Amino acid sequence: MAWTNNVLRVNLTEGSMSNEPLNMDWARQYLGQRGLATKYLVEEIDPSCDALGADNKMIMTTGPLTGTMAATAGRYSVVTKSPLTGAVACSNSGGFIGAELKSAGYDMVIFEGKSPTPVYLYIENDKAELVPADEIWGKSVWAADEWLHKKYQDPLLRIAAVGRSAEKGCLYASIVNDLHRAAGRSGVGTVMASKNLKAVAVRGTKGVGNIKDPAAFMQAVNAGKKVLAEDAVTGEGLPTYGTNVLMNVINEVGAMPTHNMRDVQFEGAGKISGEAMHEPRASDGKPNLTTNAACFGCTIACGRISTIDRGHFSIENKPQYWGASGGLEYEAAWALGSDTGIDDLDTLTYVNFLCNEDGIDPISFGSTVAAAMELYDMGVITKEHTGGVELTFGSSEALSWATEATCKGEGFGLELGLGSKRLCEKYGHPELSMTVKGQEFPAYDPRAIQGMGLTYATSNRGACHLRSYTVSSEVMGSPVKTDPLVTEGKAELVKSLQDANAIVDSTGLCVFTTFAWTLEDIAPQVAAACEGEWTPESMLEAGERIWNLEREFNLAAGLTAADDTLPPRLLKEAAKTGPAKGMVNNLHEMLPEYYEIRGWDEQGIPTTDTRQRLGLA
Amino acid sequence: MKLTLKLYAGLTDYLPPEAEDNELVVEISADNTANEVIDRYKVPRKMAYLVLLNGVYIRPEDRNRAVFNDGDTLAIWPPVAGGCAGDRRQTGVAISPDP
Repeated sequence: MAWTNNVLRVNLTEGSMSNEPLNMDWARQYLGQRGLATKYLVEEIDPSCDALGADNKMIMTTGPLTGTMAATAGRYSVVTKSPLTGAVACSNSGGFIGAELKSAGYDMVIFEGKSPTPVYLYIENDKAELVPADEIWGKSVWAADEWLHKKYQDPLLRIAAVGRSAEKGCLYASIVNDLHRAAGRSGVGTVMASKNLKAVAVRGTKGVGNIKDPAAFMQAVNAGKKVLAEDAVTGEGLPTYGTNVLMNVINEVGAMPTHNMRDVQFEGAGKISGEAMHEPRASDGKPNLTTNAACFGCTIACGRISTIDRGHFSIENKPQYWGASGGLEYEAAWALGSDTGIDDLDTLTYVNFLCNEDGIDPISFGSTVAAAMELYDMGVITKEHTGGVELTFGSSEALSWATEATCKGEGFGLELGLGSKRLCEKYGHPELSMTVKGQEFPAYDPRAIQGMGLTYATSNRGACHLRSYTVSSEVMGSPVKTDPLVTEGKAELVKSLQDANAIVDSTGLCVFTTFAWTLEDIAPQVAAACEGEWTPESMLEAGERIWNLEREFNLAAGLTAADDTLPPRLLKEAAKTGPAKGMVNNLHEMLPEYYEIRGWDEQGIPTTDTRQRLGLA
Repeated sequence: MKLTLKLYAGLTDYLPPEAEDNELVVEISADNTANEVIDRYKVPRKMAYLVLLNGVYIRPEDRNRAVFNDGDTLAIWPPVAGGCAGDRRQTGVAISPDP
């Protein structure tokens, strides 16, 4: 089975809880985690509801392999309607709480309604209770984590919480678990805070059983671990350099979003790269990188644990940041760094610590600050708005100030908490928002990597690279090298990657495994653990079903084909340097073909044939 | 003519001491190939996975051709920065090294 067949439903309005069996008919169609929780969401809420209202629901969900001995099987997701985009949100995180929740005996927890007062959910195996959170409301994630650990005197208690930013309505607040892992994107933390739910604390000691064929599962798992260990990326590259090894690669190909995407290359990229994190600092002779780290059951260990020079201006009088904590991943490094024009590694690390401490998405935040910096550069935002701070590109002091204000939800930080789209609209320049469906871009300029333009435009949760990472093919040559500057073949590439990612996100495994694994490696693990016939082909079909289900949610929420687009800057302003110099993204050449391949009509609506083929009709 | 050679990740060790920030300006002739530059610095060819000339990928079959102009940049990464496992990847499963 692999599933626990147990769902915890928490009615926050009434303060009540109940257990119910997992809908196994749906599990056979949507597997778990992203797919299955989306099915629950679609069935249970009106997609047009207010994302921050009591009618929205928030589902904390594991996958069938979460908590098992499979490599990287520690993932969980938060599925809800996003306040940032108005679209479906599915935000995936590692760490340890996902496996702990499974080990406590739950496939998912469905939060509904809104608590009249702040509460947290405490789970200890079969015991689940809502507890007043008055003493941690108004505190950061890290403070709440410390308080809960002290209260329960249990170092193995796993905690996911929201920070002050979420409480103050920052629209891209994340849910941080295990101090520095996060369900980071789309404002899922904002939804959690809107329900007056401060934290979820879990202790599970049951273990994860119910494996359909334990011997076959062990064999498939061991084979998979061998593949990960022998692969250059998962066996050596990611543990050594982390994701930030991409900084120099992407800068070299001229796809580095810089200065709110006015530029495509950043002069200071080398100073904030994965390689630079290994180099001894001139100031204290120590490297930024302290060690790598792994989530539950992970044999890759890509995580970065970093330490800031104690003499650095950002922390010299703040000993609480002198220790080692979660360091820069590539996405944080570019959004906080190249997009704001800042090449100081310790500044970015400090700001990244703050993003973890109070739970904000560094991608959306960095991109929003970059937009604000451009508006400041134009004289639209002034010192009157910032309280005297010069919000200039390249200013470490300005970025640090902006982060502190946003994390605490104070002053101009409240405006930054609106996100790039609403901020730029407020100041009369919506064209300067580098977003799709209201969500800020990740680290790849689609003028230089054409397929990523289609990826962003069609992503069901707004601009996102994790929905179809064409960079692998267009830049790294995997599975086959394609030309990043042409649009031919990209529609098919994007569609296949979207479907595959949707099902990988539904297993409980980390998508990073797919640097080495194909569905040929994953399907035997799922098939040995779960009832049903799980083959690479059936998994791809389930992925396509999930993708279309998410699309239908968005259409019902009011989104249309007009939302499948890119900001005018990327469609009209040519790249100034690099291989794509003189080019824009040619989305119009890819989108119609994509709709056709998807089996959607010209308005981007799944046809009756497509819906029937996928069992959605 | 001059070529800026950049070696990244584990390949940095192959740069001579005078290199700064992962790069070195080297003198080459117009008929030099990418593989000849790779060999000159004793970078094992199997470690030269991602080879970019002015940011544009040079396919393995083109690395024995003269492709350089004065002032070009040749940047090279080992397989750890995105290397392909070969035929295992042909089913086209989604890949992302970046959260």
